[in-house]
Amino acid sequence: MVSMRKSKQFKWQRKHLLGLRELSREEITYILDTAKGFEQVSTRSVKKAPPLRGKVVVNLFFEDSTRTRNSFALAANRLSADIIEFTKKSSSVSKGETLLDTARNLEAMGIDIVVVRHGAGGASRFLSRNIKACVVNAGDGFCEHPTQGLLDVYTIRKIKGTLEGLKIAIVGDIAHSRVARSDMWAMTKLGAEVTFVGPPTLMPTQVDRLPVKVSYSLDEIIEKVDVINMLRIQFERLGGNPFPSIREYSHYFGLTVERMNRAKPDILVMHPGPINRGLEIESEVADGRNSVILGQVTNGLAVRMAVLFLVNQAAAQ
Amino acid sequence: MKNGVLIKNGRVIDPANGIDGEYDLLIADQKVERVAEKIEDSGPAVRGCTIIDATGKLVAPGLIDIHVHLREPGDEEEETIASGSAAAVAAGFTSVVCMPNTNPPIENETDVEYIHRKARQTRKTHVYTMGAITKGLEGVELAEMGFMAEAGAVGFTDDGRGVQDPAVILRALKYAAMFDLVVAQHCQDDGIAGSGVMNSGYYSTILGLPGLDPLAEEAMLWRDIQLIRRVPVRYHAQHISTTGSVELIKVAKRDSLPVTCEVTPHHLLLTEECCADYDTNYKVNPPLRRAEDVDALKQAIADGLVDALATDHAPHLQSEKELEFLAAPFGIASLECALGLYVKALVEPGVLDWPGLIRLMTEKPAGIIGIDKGTLGEGKQADVTIIDPDREYVVDVNTFRSKSRNCPYQGWKVKGRVEKTIVGGEIRFEA
Repeated sequence: MVSMRKSKQFKWQRKHLLGLRELSREEITYILDTAKGFEQVSTRSVKKAPPLRGKVVVNLFFEDSTRTRNSFALAANRLSADIIEFTKKSSSVSKGETLLDTARNLEAMGIDIVVVRHGAGGASRFLSRNIKACVVNAGDGFCEHPTQGLLDVYTIRKIKGTLEGLKIAIVGDIAHSRVARSDMWAMTKLGAEVTFVGPPTLMPTQVDRLPVKVSYSLDEIIEKVDVINMLRIQFERLGGNPFPSIREYSHYFGLTVERMNRAKPDILVMHPGPINRGLEIESEVADGRNSVILGQVTNGLAVRMAVLFLVNQAAAQ
Repeated sequence: MKNGVLIKNGRVIDPANGIDGEYDLLIADQKVERVAEKIEDSGPAVRGCTIIDATGKLVAPGLIDIHVHLREPGDEEEETIASGSAAAVAAGFTSVVCMPNTNPPIENETDVEYIHRKARQTRKTHVYTMGAITKGLEGVELAEMGFMAEAGAVGFTDDGRGVQDPAVILRALKYAAMFDLVVAQHCQDDGIAGSGVMNSGYYSTILGLPGLDPLAEEAMLWRDIQLIRRVPVRYHAQHISTTGSVELIKVAKRDSLPVTCEVTPHHLLLTEECCADYDTNYKVNPPLRRAEDVDALKQAIADGLVDALATDHAPHLQSEKELEFLAAPFGIASLECALGLYVKALVEPGVLDWPGLIRLMTEKPAGIIGIDKGTLGEGKQADVTIIDPDREYVVDVNTFRSKSRNCPYQGWKVKGRVEKTIVGGEIRFEA
C-alpha cells in the first residue's frame, strides 16, 4: 500500500481541482505530500497501485497537448483506472456540439473523473458546476494549469527542501500564461517571492494587484534568483505583435549561457515545455547541470496521481 | 365619454411641465384632456369613463426606453416584437426603440416598415426603430439613411459595434445633417478591444479572460466628440460605462456640443467582480466595470450629465448562455424589471428623486430621438404609467413575458412596481 505522510487532522475535501488560487497552503502541501507517497510507485517493477480500480477517467482535450495528456493517462493507468481519450478532432465538437453537451454525454457513459483542457478560461469551472463527475483542470485558456503549478513547486521543494524565502523569476509571456498564474498562486502561498519578468506588452492588466514583483529586465534579476522558470513563447496565443522580433525578444529575455554565468551556482532552471531551443532558452542551458526540466516531467506523474487519487476520494465521501 | 379614463388622487409627476403633486388626470380621445386638482368623477364630461383610483401611486408620462433589442427579424427564438412589446408594456414602457442589428439588419425603408407593421399587429407598446448607419453594419458604406428617415426611423446606429473608420463616421454625421435625426454610437475601438469579453483589469487577469480596455470606449467617444465639433449634428453616446467617458461627456456638454448619453441599469448596479464565477449572465458589452466607474456614473446622473436611462435589453437563449464565458454572447435581458432596478440604483441611495428619475425615463429620452412624447401636457397622446413606488417585489425571470431569461437579477428584491400602463389612451397592462 502507498504510504502517505499526512498533516494531522487535515482532510482533503475537494472533488474538483480547478485552480490553485482557491487552495490554502495546507491543501497544496497536502497534495505535495500525497504525491511524494506516489512517487515510488513509478520506480517499482510493477508500476501499479489499485486505488482507482473500476473508475473511469476521461481525458477531454480541446487543445493540443502531449505531455500533460500522456501524463494524466499514465497517472490514471498507474492507479488502475480505465482511461478514455477524447480530443477535439475525434469528437463531435467539430459538428457544433457544445462543451456542456459533450460533457453530459460522456457522463451518461458513466465516467468518474473528467480531466479537461480547453481554450476558454473558466471552462473547467463551468463543467464542474454542470456535471456530477470530478473535474480536474488540465489548463483553461490563460487562467490556470493547476497540476503544472503543483509539479513546479513539488520539483522545487524536492531539491531545495522548502519554498519559504526563495526568490523565483517567471520569465516570458505572462499575460497569456496559465502556468505563470498557477505557479504564482502556489509559490507565493508556500512562501516564495515571485517576480514576473517580461516586456510590458506581455504583462497582464493590473499586474500590480497580484502578489508578485514585476521586472522588465532579466539582466537585473538573473543574479538574484534561486529558481528561474522560462515560459515558452506561445505563438498561438500572441495577439498582434507584442514584441518586434524573436531576435530582439531573445536578446532581452532569452536564458543564455552568458546570463547563466552571472546566476547563482545552484539556480534551478525550469521550463513547462515544450521548449523552443535557442529562443527563450539556449540548448546548453536547457540541457545543463542546473536544468530540472525533465525532472519536472517525472514529478508531474506523481503529482497527477495524487490529484486523481484525492478528488476521487473526496467524491466517494 | 367612451374610452375615456379618469385617474384620480395620484401623485402626478410631469417633469416637462414642472408638475409634481396630487392631481387628477382625464384622458379622452386617446389624448390627455386635462390635469387638474380635482376632476369630478360624475357628470357628462366623464360619463362612461374608466375611473382609476391612484391614491398613493405615481402617475407619470409613459416610460420610454431608447435602447432595446427585439431580435426580429432573424432571431425570433430569442425575442419577437410581440414578446418584447408585451414585456415592455408590463414594465411601464409605452415606447421603446429597437436597435437595427437584427438579421438582416434594419438598413432600408422596407425594414423599418416591417418593424412598424409588426408593432401595430401586436398593439402593446409604441415601437420605434433606429436604422443602420452603414450597410450590413459593416462600417464601410452608408445605409439608406434618407429612405429610413422617411419611413419613420428615429435615429441611426450600428449598435453592437462602433463605426471604426473615422472617415466613414465623419461622412455619416455630415449626411445625417439633412434629416435632423440623432446618430447614436456604440463606442468601441475594435483594435483596442481585441477579443475582450469582460472589463480589462484585475479580474480578467486572474480569471484568464481577455479584457476589454475602457480605452476602447473612451478612444472612440473622444474621436467622435472631436468630429462633432466640426459637424454639429445630434450625437448620442450609447451605454457609457467608464469614468473616462463621463469626463469626455462633461467636456462636450461644457462646450455646448449637441452630445447626449445614456446609462444602463447594469452599469449602475453590477461590477466586474460579478464575473468572478464565470456566470455568463454577467457577460455584457460594454462590460461591467469597476466600483469606481459605477460611482462616477451615479455622480454623472446626479450632476445632470446623463440624458437617458436605457436598458440595452439584450435577450438570448438559455442554450446560448450555457457556454464557456469566452463563447457565450454578450447581453442582459432587463426590460421587465428595469424600473425597480433604477429605483434601487438611483432613488434609494438618493442620487435622484422620483421626478428626477421619471425625467430621465420620459421627457429626456423623447428629446434625444425627437418624438413628441414623454409629457402629460394637454393634447398630447395619452401614454401614462401608474407606479406604486413602495410596492416591493422579487424579480422572477419565470414570470417574464420576454422570451429570454438571461437576467442576473433573478431573486433580487426591488421596489417600484408598475400598476397600469396606458398606451394611446388604452389600458394595455394592469398588474
